[in-house]
Amino acid sequence: MILGAGPIVIGQACEFDYSGTQACKALKEEGYEIVLVNSNPATIMTDPEFSDHTYIEPLTPEFLEAIIEKERPDAILPTLGGQTALNLAMKLYENGVLEKYKVQVLGATYEVIKKAEDRECFKKAMIKIGLDVPRSGCAYNLEEAKAIASDIGFPVIIRSSFTLGGTGGGFAHNMEDLERMAALGIESSMIHEVIIEESIAGWKEYELEVMRDKKDNVVIVCSIENLDPMGIHTGDSITVAPAQTLTDNEYQTMRDSSLKIIREIGVETGGSNIQFAVDPKTGRQVVIEMNPRVSRSSALASKATGFPIAKFAAKLAVGYTLDEIQNDITRVTPACFEPTIDYCVVKIPRFTFEKFPEAKDILGVQMKSVGETMAIGRTFKEALQKGLRGLEIGHTGLDNKLNYKKIPNDKLKKRLEEPNASRIFYLKYALQKGWTPEEVAEITKIDIWFLAHIKDILDFERKLIETFQREDTLSDDLIRKAKQYGFSDAQLAEIMEIDEMTMYKLRKSKGITAVFKLVDTCAAEFEAYTPYFYSTYEEEDEAVIQIARMNKEHGGARKKIMILGGGPNRIGQGIEFDYCCCHASFALKEMGFETIMVNSNPETVSTDYDISDRLYFEPVTFENVMNIVDIEKPDGVIVQFGGQTPLNLARKLRDAGVPIIGTSVESIDLAEDRQKFSQVIDKLGFVQPANGSAFTAAEALKIADQIGYPVLARPSYVLGGRAMRIVYERKALSSFIEEAKEVSPGHPVLIDKFVEDAIEVDVDALCDGEDTFVAGIMEHIENAGIHSGDSACVLPPPTISEVVIEQIKNDTCTLAKTLKVIGLLNIQYAIKGRRLYVLEVNPRASRTSPFVSKATGIPLAKIAAQIMAGKKLKEFNLTYAQLERLKHFSVKESVLPFSRFSGVDIVLGPEMKSTGEVMGTAATFGEAFIKSQISAGQMLPEKGKIFISVKDEDKRAIVFIAKRLVDLGFSLISTRGTAKVLRSNGVEVEETKRYDQGQNKGDSSVELIEKGEIALVINTPSGEVSQYDMRSIRSSAILHNIPCITTLQGAWAAVNGIEERMKHKCTVRSLQELYKV
Amino acid sequence: MKKAILYLEDGRKFIGQALSVPGETSGEVVFNTSLTGYQEILTDPSYAGQIVVMTYPLIGNYGVNLEDVESGKVHVKGFVAKEFCKYHSNYRANKSLIEYLHDHNIIAIEDIDTRALTRHLRERGAMRAIISTVDFDDRSLAEKMKKVPSMEGADWVKEVSTSKPYIWPMPQGVTPVYKVAAIDCGIKWNILRIFASLGCEVHVFPSIATPEQLLAIKPDGVFISNGPGDPAAVTSVISTVKQLLGKLPVFGICLGQQILGLAMGGKTYKLKFGHHGANHPVKDFVYDRIGITSQNHGFCVDLKSLGPDVEMINVNLNDKTMEGLRHKKLPIVSFQHHPEASPGPHDVHYLFEYFIDLMKRKP
Repeated sequence: MILGAGPIVIGQACEFDYSGTQACKALKEEGYEIVLVNSNPATIMTDPEFSDHTYIEPLTPEFLEAIIEKERPDAILPTLGGQTALNLAMKLYENGVLEKYKVQVLGATYEVIKKAEDRECFKKAMIKIGLDVPRSGCAYNLEEAKAIASDIGFPVIIRSSFTLGGTGGGFAHNMEDLERMAALGIESSMIHEVIIEESIAGWKEYELEVMRDKKDNVVIVCSIENLDPMGIHTGDSITVAPAQTLTDNEYQTMRDSSLKIIREIGVETGGSNIQFAVDPKTGRQVVIEMNPRVSRSSALASKATGFPIAKFAAKLAVGYTLDEIQNDITRVTPACFEPTIDYCVVKIPRFTFEKFPEAKDILGVQMKSVGETMAIGRTFKEALQKGLRGLEIGHTGLDNKLNYKKIPNDKLKKRLEEPNASRIFYLKYALQKGWTPEEVAEITKIDIWFLAHIKDILDFERKLIETFQREDTLSDDLIRKAKQYGFSDAQLAEIMEIDEMTMYKLRKSKGITAVFKLVDTCAAEFEAYTPYFYSTYEEEDEAVIQIARMNKEHGGARKKIMILGGGPNRIGQGIEFDYCCCHASFALKEMGFETIMVNSNPETVSTDYDISDRLYFEPVTFENVMNIVDIEKPDGVIVQFGGQTPLNLARKLRDAGVPIIGTSVESIDLAEDRQKFSQVIDKLGFVQPANGSAFTAAEALKIADQIGYPVLARPSYVLGGRAMRIVYERKALSSFIEEAKEVSPGHPVLIDKFVEDAIEVDVDALCDGEDTFVAGIMEHIENAGIHSGDSACVLPPPTISEVVIEQIKNDTCTLAKTLKVIGLLNIQYAIKGRRLYVLEVNPRASRTSPFVSKATGIPLAKIAAQIMAGKKLKEFNLTYAQLERLKHFSVKESVLPFSRFSGVDIVLGPEMKSTGEVMGTAATFGEAFIKSQISAGQMLPEKGKIFISVKDEDKRAIVFIAKRLVDLGFSLISTRGTAKVLRSNGVEVEETKRYDQGQNKGDSSVELIEKGEIALVINTPSGEVSQYDMRSIRSSAILHNIPCITTLQGAWAAVNGIEERMKHKCTVRSLQELYKV
Repeated sequence: MKKAILYLEDGRKFIGQALSVPGETSGEVVFNTSLTGYQEILTDPSYAGQIVVMTYPLIGNYGVNLEDVESGKVHVKGFVAKEFCKYHSNYRANKSLIEYLHDHNIIAIEDIDTRALTRHLRERGAMRAIISTVDFDDRSLAEKMKKVPSMEGADWVKEVSTSKPYIWPMPQGVTPVYKVAAIDCGIKWNILRIFASLGCEVHVFPSIATPEQLLAIKPDGVFISNGPGDPAAVTSVISTVKQLLGKLPVFGICLGQQILGLAMGGKTYKLKFGHHGANHPVKDFVYDRIGITSQNHGFCVDLKSLGPDVEMINVNLNDKTMEGLRHKKLPIVSFQHHPEASPGPHDVHYLFEYFIDLMKRKP
């Protein structure tokens, strides 16, 4: 049994799909029967062909026990599914399930996990084997605290033991700080204890990826050095592989420590990640922590070196030793070696603070980034600039988005002092202002080595600018050098005052073209067979050599199709698109095509070197894609599957003569261009909410007045509903226009009539230009107005009438044919009464494609890819009867990152905020819904007190829900308004004070939540300005992990679910069983 | 910055930039795949006569310091990397690598496609090369190449061996237990440091020392060190070792193993491009253990040429070449790789124990 990691959340992203998928493949290859459990339908690993029994079920001890009881696995492998899987294995051990069913734990035993994860145990173990750790001590009173602090020396970190949310902790820089904080900490600790620890903030941070087999062979796969110092979560740090500023002597000391640690902790087989901090002044090395499992860094290390850690970890877990496994890349040497690399790798995190304007973009020890990009270059300078492009946040490299001259010194200093999402650019601005690398290093604690390289880049940029201004041209040598320094065509074009396309052509005409080098684990010491490439500007091109060799192996050249991936994960574009890209590759390979993958996200399955025939680890930008096209000359390029990233390149690529297959660029434009699209809708006689587009506030107000409030307002050309909002009145609209201008300057603001109280429906369909197949109609649980990515939805639709469903099918077919869609199509409709509104048409893979595929067993992305490559829909024999035979409901629920962003309200709206999704399937809607809630971490209660407070419009409807809850045995507590309505309808309810009305300490709603007296919060916020009180209720519910429902429809579904769960124990069924029906 | 050429004996050339030292140099060009340890590599006497290409592109990141040296001078004849770092960062650094190379008058070239060069050497084998900042003419360079000596048949040991015997100082607090006579063929200091830490008082002798001179100090064992060049050319040491076999424990590392192999009547052969790096897996049959090892050799002992009394105790898992041998009856043991590491992993430090054991058991 292999455990997955569940939904994508901050800190646990698609790297575990990568590791789980590798594990499934590796063990299946060995002839094992595989039971896979993961609640996340957007993963590749949950594809039914990767394991024998695939369970998309909640990852909880209860459900796992049910699956274990049913499947009787011999062993469980928990080290490839992140912290989630590890914690589950611990619980299953603790509650005796593993012993009861005689399930062996592979990889790391209970004791090992405990020793590595428990801070105190780990620290003791480190001291036992003679390694250094940050010095610390426990104090129970102020005197002890002072004595410890003076012994350690300031600054120190104070942590209060056993408090929630880190109250009473922080940095003390002197005795005064200490007295104040220690007193507070001792008071707030349940056991009156504070831990005082030496501060190592500002030290250099390193990570080593270690693998061990059962015969105690240990290898280090990769070393990683963080550009950002200690104090910033490594997931939020820019990191570089290999370590740069350690001498061999120091590196070997760290390596020796790692070997000692993995042996002492006792990880029997598999990969681990060990973190160290190094004092830059003395070289003192301390051990920070160890993960006894495959981690995010393991995925990075695998992609950075070509050494497939997860695959080998799975093989080691079942008893292989490192020397028995072959290195696929060289085909002749064993896996028992340490990769050596001849390039530099830079990983850069991707943040989405713009989605949470109330949260500050300050980085600290808690991870906040939602994705990452990796870049490979022959030098740090090249890799860094490539990485910044690959981030897809509008930078063309280490560019000049801001004019450094206009940034006041004090602001600059502040941006350097406080670690933040855009600090890397401020480093440049400071150096441009003439601050010395030493000064910047002093402020930021970033190692001078990195700063010196950044200075190299800007010095060279200055030289380019000055030369061009003087000579009105740049020599070939300078351009070549610039490319070696990682400058993009776009950056050079700006200097030379031309456009990117002209620059690209100019460069090519001068013969300055990218070459591709191989990632081969061995720095070219052995011949490599794995076709994994990155671009650089040097002499020899190895892609050409490999292509020739592969052609020879296949007895001639095959037709080839290139698939453009989605780049770093972000909110709105995540693992779903990687799933589609991988499927496209699988399907096209099946048809005999040679497939070429382009992507820059190290966490993904698509960047695994055995998914496609050739992998190019490159930023998904016009220039980088063209460089590959120039070498590969593909017969077709697919832009439909990687989300907005490749779609945005479609027009430019087509104009450059790239053969884009599938739905044409014109059709994509037709669907995106509102005016043209409205004409199509009118012509077909369909209905669209009244709408208009405006460039100025006056225009917007005029339109809104015409169509009537509320309106749905949004900037155009943005992703994931960025800055989209429902606006109820004129004043709010005016201020929105201002904001929208910043988000998408130069583009119009779109204004739609907001259809209130409508049911929203998502439809995924396949079309070959003539025939259309509607594969999934998903009914949203929340009403229209909440971004489809954040809304829960259910398939098949439980409340929509046959007539409307027929209409949806017909309209979808008509739209698909009209838009000449070839491939996938997603349409969002709103239903009000019997009226069907067309909200949006997306002629591309949608976020729901994997969900529909998992729910129905029809691999949409695969079929779509084959259609694009020339097959006809008829050949697949898809029928509606096939779908109607399925006797189960599937619910998709989204997972939100609110707990990471303090101060952010959790209310859902038209701007997408979720990071991931889960799926629940069952014979009834209620059971499927409750499973989805459990998977999403919303532990709906079966008894206790429920807090209900709803906006006026919902007060009538809540009565029936409240009645049912009372019937189910819950007690209710409400704020005055809601309580009044409930009581007058004969529902028994207790009344609470509002926070601001709270007379006696301890009885406000927030305090009740804090005291753990509330089991569920149902709160529908009213309008734009939500009351302060409600906001704090929701935040404190999140903080205390109490489920919080913010829509009426959600409450309805929850009641159904709770009822279902109370009636009977949940059942578990594998996908294979579901499809067999 | 000055234009420079790296010209190979088969005519392939790479144009790059020279660091501060101008001029011309020549030697056998080999690549090293270590990510760290350039200072140890530069000062390793085994590289005498060779131009070293680092496959890792960024060299010089942590500068140089006073401690991480393997001998008193820089031995490489030329140094090649993709990019030499102008700004180093390390608390122990006392100067930059560029200054260090300048001070030691080493010609170094950067800004060339070192991966292409490495691939070329892998395909064609190690070969001679010239680095020049003065002569870019193919014909003239080809002419000069004829005078560059080949590694095969070249005795480089006499160039690097100590001229006078000396005793390596014992670290504080360690009392000498064994007395070791070391034949210096280009000994790395870390071997001496480790011997000393294990309680061996090492008397280092010039390679021309006679058996009588070695035995005069009444050693518990004899050590034959690593060193540069073709082992078959070091005939005097081979004959010295021959006379010692069976008389007392004999231990060899790298060139030391090759000399032992030859002294026992075996043969050595040249590897295509050698092993130079810090990531080679070696299996120890005696302990049934795999270690990641530091390697630096271009020649190898042919096991088949040795009699049935000699067994292979270490093998390289990458190419199955011999990495360690032991005599079944006589107290002789040696390793082709470098248990002293420096640079490289410390996995096989324990191999010194083989020798200590032999000395312990010595009557």
